[in-house]
Amino acid sequence: MRYLAANTAHEAAEALASEPGLSRILAGGTDVLVQLKAGMVEPDLVVDIKRIPGIRTISAEAGGFRVGAAVSGAELGEHAGLCALWPGIAEGFQLIGSTQVQGRATMAGNLCNGSPAADSVPPLVAANAVARITGPDGDRDVPIADIPTGPGRTTLKKGEVITSIFLPARPDRAADAYLRFIPRTEMDIAVASAAVSLELDPSGTVRSARVALGAVAPTVVAVEAAASCLIGTSLDDEALARMAAACEAACAPIDDKRGTIEFRTRTAGVLARRAALIAYARAGGSK
Amino acid sequence: MSLDEYTRREFKQVGTRVRRPDGVDKVTGRAMYGADATAPGMLVGRILRSPHAHARVKGIDTSAAEALKGVKAIITGADLPAQEDEFIRDVQDNCMARDKALYDGHAVAAVAATDAATAKAALKLIKVDYEVLPHVTDVDAAIQPGAPVVQSGRTLENVPAGMSENVTSHSEFGHGDPAEGFARADMILERSYRTAATHQGYIEPHACLASYASDGKADLWCCTQGQFNVRTLCAAIMEMEASQLRVTASEIGGGFGGKTTVFIEPVALALSRKAGRPVKIVMTRDEVFRATGPTVHTSTDVKIGMTKDGRITAAEATLRYSGGAFPCGTVDMGAQAAFAAYDLDHVRTYGWNVMTNRPKEAAYRAPGAPQSIYAVEATLDELCQHFGLDPLDVRLKNAAKKGTKSSYGPTFPDIGLTATLEAAKAHPHYSAPLKDGQGRGISCGFWFNFGGNTCVSLNVNTDGTVGITEGNPDIGGSRASISLMAAEELGIPYDRIRTIVADTSSLGYNDVTDGSRVTFAVGLATIKAARDAIGKMCGRAARIWGIDPEAVEWKDGATVPAGPNAGKFPPMTLAEIAAVSAETGGPIAGHHEVNADGAGVSFGVHIVDVEVDRDTGATKVLRYTVFQDAGKAVHPSYVEGQMQGGAVQGIGWALNEEYIYGKDGRLQNPGFLDYRVPVASDLPPIDAVILEIPNPGHPYGVRGVGETGIVPPLAAITNAVCRSAGVRLHELPMSPPRVLKALAG
Repeated sequence: MRYLAANTAHEAAEALASEPGLSRILAGGTDVLVQLKAGMVEPDLVVDIKRIPGIRTISAEAGGFRVGAAVSGAELGEHAGLCALWPGIAEGFQLIGSTQVQGRATMAGNLCNGSPAADSVPPLVAANAVARITGPDGDRDVPIADIPTGPGRTTLKKGEVITSIFLPARPDRAADAYLRFIPRTEMDIAVASAAVSLELDPSGTVRSARVALGAVAPTVVAVEAAASCLIGTSLDDEALARMAAACEAACAPIDDKRGTIEFRTRTAGVLARRAALIAYARAGGSK
Repeated sequence: MSLDEYTRREFKQVGTRVRRPDGVDKVTGRAMYGADATAPGMLVGRILRSPHAHARVKGIDTSAAEALKGVKAIITGADLPAQEDEFIRDVQDNCMARDKALYDGHAVAAVAATDAATAKAALKLIKVDYEVLPHVTDVDAAIQPGAPVVQSGRTLENVPAGMSENVTSHSEFGHGDPAEGFARADMILERSYRTAATHQGYIEPHACLASYASDGKADLWCCTQGQFNVRTLCAAIMEMEASQLRVTASEIGGGFGGKTTVFIEPVALALSRKAGRPVKIVMTRDEVFRATGPTVHTSTDVKIGMTKDGRITAAEATLRYSGGAFPCGTVDMGAQAAFAAYDLDHVRTYGWNVMTNRPKEAAYRAPGAPQSIYAVEATLDELCQHFGLDPLDVRLKNAAKKGTKSSYGPTFPDIGLTATLEAAKAHPHYSAPLKDGQGRGISCGFWFNFGGNTCVSLNVNTDGTVGITEGNPDIGGSRASISLMAAEELGIPYDRIRTIVADTSSLGYNDVTDGSRVTFAVGLATIKAARDAIGKMCGRAARIWGIDPEAVEWKDGATVPAGPNAGKFPPMTLAEIAAVSAETGGPIAGHHEVNADGAGVSFGVHIVDVEVDRDTGATKVLRYTVFQDAGKAVHPSYVEGQMQGGAVQGIGWALNEEYIYGKDGRLQNPGFLDYRVPVASDLPPIDAVILEIPNPGHPYGVRGVGETGIVPPLAAITNAVCRSAGVRLHELPMSPPRVLKALAG
């Protein structure tokens, strides 16, 4: 196994593109190192991207924020402006692992690991966040929702590296929230999860909404039917019930050691309802 | 039973919360655990394990692996001897399969190589020819006639013909005539329960270093709860004399009963013998889950008759336990413990052991008792709900006391159950108001406790300090407790004493650290070793003073003349006597050897408040209080730690921990991610209320406290969940999907 600490995104992309064997990208390493140690992967090349300039910084851009691909959960959690703008993204990201893991883990890594249960992905999808990808032929911007294709699989091509994630601007009276269900209170993987992002008009009516569910399908799913149940309402019980039903309808989970199909489906709707209420309150809505 | 050991006394040091002697080492990383041992020329040992739940091993081709550069030895079951003794044979076959792989993870071959990568590569080159056989992993399925047979010819004579060959033994305990008692009941309730297998969940994986010399001597360093037992088992498997195998126990990162046998130690010794070099084996977490001892998994039927005022008229239980792929006696302890808390005229328990294609059970805190007492205490709670009776009052009404003929035979001497129940009833927790949706549950618990073979040496150093050599690995603060008891008896400060755990060549045989025996039995032997040393010191003082030894007494850490007639001499302290010991007869040491009896049974009562999230089925534990009789708490912090630790493990067992097997018979969750022990944030503060009803069998009244605490949580939480959610579950764990399903009806 060879190790390369790339000095530019282009160098990383070139090395990955020209590697004939199996390669892995190392950012925080909280997935890759565990997989290496467990013998799950035996890569020929590991490319460390942490030395790429700008990859560990958060910068303001067009009213939103650009988060470098190697920014850790702990670093993001200390960024007051970002946490105020996208509290659901911050809380989703910071649920991953332990305090120690938070010192290393990255959102881009969480996304590229391709798990449908990834805690940072539903809030990124609900936020319409966009990944910037550097490949051998240059950069491209891709909505987060278009990156995962199934457990462990993404639309990233050979040689492509996510270098940053852009969180867009949003108006006043807007907020998001993320909830997951785990049998414990921490150190666990979501059995089901939900992110809700809302924008309210001055009267407290929902003007726009996004709902994304995790761990209930092969990928994180954006549920437009659920979001549309909320638009034009003040989250009355009936709207919430319809939204929860739409969430349940969008679920296509597996039955496994972490949860049954029935349980995941039911819980996804419950979590979406609760997350919607939190996001609504954060956005200044009152009930 | 020796019930005349206890004499009342005022303690000066016992009962204080001194600093633990192993604390600094453990928090600074200096402590040497199993994986920390190294030796020159050491090889890395790795084990190849069956991916099948049940398979005949038709052949193992190791030639390609042997040809790999850096591979120094490979062994299979064929390298170990045929064993006549059934118990030893089962231990050996569990360490290395012989003809059949009996469970997913069963060892089939092992490699010693110069480094880990080579050892791993060699494992991939070993070709095992398996004939996959039908498997059975569930106790209720395995008991059915026609179920796949795990092992043939293991059934004892007391099992009726016509049952599955997986049923290996039957036991029956009790007295009276249950039919007569049931006839007097106002209500008879029959319920069936199931509990999942749980793992002890110690943080430190098994690890050992074996060095077998060309002259037939061997040394073994390992993390274990009993180095002498490791020596017995390994010497038998290696066909060595005990004197030629020295076993040294490392510091231990948790055991809870799971480190009372061997798994990798004989394998490392056999590899070392073959390679001619030291071999170290460290298990991965995956190996720990798949191949070391979880508990039994169980299926139990309970029938209890009660009058409307809460008197139990008769009780019966039928227990079906599976300790995995080998015969297992744990069901007998479950059957004996089931109704031990109650004074019953008519009681009967029946135990059946059933083999399944799962790893061989190892002891886990009060083995067998949590499962059976869970079923009994949950059924009792349902009867209390039916009659609208207070659950503590009903237990008080039926509590076993001094003179009760226990459900397993013996008549109880002084026991602390009534006092423990009364303490629970008087505690503010029991009367604290609950909010809507919250529920409170209680349960009693019981464990027998054990004494056993114990040997202690106490050496008086010439500078006035004392060294104690004992033979039981310290899994719960026992070195501090032993030093405290010696300090009390000798009348010298605690910090002048250092207690060490010796290797097997340094001391007579000591039973394993189990059965909550160490503070009781090693403490007893330590007190008597101190008394032996005191006698010798009185003799030295007599010699110096020129008076009879009988005319010298020990008082507050010094010799004094026994009375005015003995003469007038200033007291000689331990340090003063020790300083001149070379002139008065040489070194001073005390010894005591005993097969200790009179351990004294232990009862506990737990109260727990929970709140069930009705939308997700998640249970939050809000408040928890443990009441337990410690006889005398030598070091109260450690006693509280045992009580809290038992509660924590019981909370895990009740809510989330379970061995999950797939249809393929493979363990689905061999890791701490999906085998969910509680994390700190899952737990409420756990109050520990220590009661002290002296054990007549110990000089200071000590009872073991290590095990009882894991018994009550299973039913206490079940009862609380029922009172919170309004539905009663009869299966553990009460994981959120199960609770949600029950709520949905």
